Amino acid sequence: MDNLQLLIDAPVFTLQLLIDGLLAGAIFALAAYGMALVWGVMNIINITQGEFVILGGFVTLYLSYLGIHPLWGVPVSALALFIVGWGVYRLVIFRIVDRDLFISILATFGISILLQQLMNQLFGADIQNADPNLGTLFLFNDDVAIANIKFVALAVTIVTGVLLILFLRKSRIGQAIRATAQSARAARLMGINTDRVYATTYALNAALCGATGSLVVMTWVIHPFIGLIYTVRSFMIVIVAGLGNLAGVVVAGLGLGAAENFAGFLLGTEFQAAFVFSLLVIILVWRNYRLGKKRQYLK
Amino acid sequence: MYKLTKNITLSVVTSLLTLGLVGNASAKVEGDTIVLGAAVSLTGKYTTAGHHTQRGYDLAVSRVNSKGGVTVGGKNYRLKVIYYDDESTPARGAQLAERLIKQDGVKFMLGPYSSGLTKAMAPITEKHKVPMVEGNGASRSLFNKGYRYLFAVLSTSEQYLQEAVNLAAQHAKAMGKSPSSVKVAVAVENDPFSLDIRAGVLDDAKRHGMKVVVDDKLPRELSDMSATLTKVKALKPDILVVSGHSKGASLITRQAAAMRVKVPMLAITHCESAKVTDNKKFGTKAEGTLCATQWAPTMTYRDPWFGSAGDYAKDFKAAYGYVPPYQAAESTASVLVWVNALQNANSFDTEKVRDALSATKLQTFYGNVKFDATGKNIAKPMVLRQVQGGKYVVVAPAKWASHKLVHPRP
Repeated sequence: MDNLQLLIDAPVFTLQLLIDGLLAGAIFALAAYGMALVWGVMNIINITQGEFVILGGFVTLYLSYLGIHPLWGVPVSALALFIVGWGVYRLVIFRIVDRDLFISILATFGISILLQQLMNQLFGADIQNADPNLGTLFLFNDDVAIANIKFVALAVTIVTGVLLILFLRKSRIGQAIRATAQSARAARLMGINTDRVYATTYALNAALCGATGSLVVMTWVIHPFIGLIYTVRSFMIVIVAGLGNLAGVVVAGLGLGAAENFAGFLLGTEFQAAFVFSLLVIILVWRNYRLGKKRQYLK
Repeated sequence: MYKLTKNITLSVVTSLLTLGLVGNASAKVEGDTIVLGAAVSLTGKYTTAGHHTQRGYDLAVSRVNSKGGVTVGGKNYRLKVIYYDDESTPARGAQLAERLIKQDGVKFMLGPYSSGLTKAMAPITEKHKVPMVEGNGASRSLFNKGYRYLFAVLSTSEQYLQEAVNLAAQHAKAMGKSPSSVKVAVAVENDPFSLDIRAGVLDDAKRHGMKVVVDDKLPRELSDMSATLTKVKALKPDILVVSGHSKGASLITRQAAAMRVKVPMLAITHCESAKVTDNKKFGTKAEGTLCATQWAPTMTYRDPWFGSAGDYAKDFKAAYGYVPPYQAAESTASVLVWVNALQNANSFDTEKVRDALSATKLQTFYGNVKFDATGKNIAKPMVLRQVQGGKYVVVAPAKWASHKLVHPRP
């Protein structure tokens, strides 16, 4: 409670936690776009999400070793991960698209372990980061300090979100993706190559994760075994926002970031994750309750 | 019939082999060679540190042998180490300890790398009453189990950052303030090693009557410290203590600079493995940070085998091409402790050697060695190095300091 008093006495720190958390949430939302897409279209919960994020981070890191500014890593990692995602689809995922959810969780969990170990072998188990040297924005006599890269992250998330919506609405393949999501069988009857749609969807998801990873390595740090937390966050955001609701994903992402930050401050960082998961349970119970009421009304 | 004969032959061969091995078991000394046994991490997540450990042992063995070996009962013996790869997994380490003792007949053990592996192997060596001298298991939980045959040359983990708290107290006194006016912030990872460090820091803060204003435990999947750092900015402590392996070191170095956290004293662990002085990775962000280390090549300890700590660093670099980290130095020191104990016991009887180990009073290039009843070294302090001008310089304890503490940090 001392910590709460602190926020009341010095409201400027509330502002710090809020802005910092919202912007961190933008990064989580970017990876969650992809999860929502794969889940919605292919009915696969992709546990590999976090490893794609970390892999994207490594791509950006090695780019920065070549003397290229890490900001270029956002498109380059996305492209590299698009190719990786396509490959993973052709090797494994296409076999499990029509299977039940449990098989897909198991398979992607296996890929995630494999990727972790491969990254450990290839890049080593050291903690890595690529500093974009964009500086920090200081307000209120340094009491509010926000790394500028986080604003870039927010911009990337919003622009990507808009592009994604346009892509799904306007482009032929985007329309095919939506058709397949609605009914794969009907889409096939209409002559849509659903296998190709799935491959594109999965690769697109990996690309989104790659861009996320690029932002993560510039904002925080990466490590071959640190991916799971990004999978969990994506999962949670999608659960809260619902499938096929990109605006909802952004809002849920930002909210999650802010909630994590406040929980870390008020309860101590050891309860940060616990608080977030408790929140998930509460939201699910509440949604269930709302749904239940609706059904009664319909009767 | 043929199968039966084959089976009999097999069992005869097996029993003969077993007999041979049992015969070997009493011979912990082969001719003029004393055999030490060690399981080290040559593959898996501790590979790097495992190699430092092995190279530390190897350098000690070749130096002791070239200086005439070990004299027991008026005869000179050479040293030899049997190594196995524990794959960085505790279960494998325990198996290998069993194998070294029961099959290879080793009676004198050297430690593996890390507290976790030492914790797995110690019950085995204890069961067989085989003494083990280790230099890479720092957790204090190793020394409250009543082990009689475990000896550690390094300082235990709760001591890592205690010196920093004392330094803050000294500084307060020098400024004419009471040490109890010092405000302490602690942020450590939620793992046994870092929690040990926290316990040590809190003990000393309590002793000085200091107020602990932040006491955060960072999650293992930690990737952002901004909530903790916001608290630090709000509460303005005089000293911030952070321990979270290389991840924690790397995060605090980056984020403290990015958020302009102006804490006068910042004390952390794992500076070396996080490479916080690497200009390309961190610029000058680590300037003024205090780093805990077991040993530094600039210290003035000496021994007859290697000379000074600086000489050791030179010899190690000549042999392996890099400046020895403390993991290598403490491994070398473990071998030297064995040599000293064997000579003092003047016998190969494990009980006599154990008693000699427990009575060790020795200065090595790595530091003084004297074990308390639980087997931990109480004669060697931890060292604090400060990053000054992009280099590590020793600033505490006063006896070994080569430079003055820069306070507050820039």
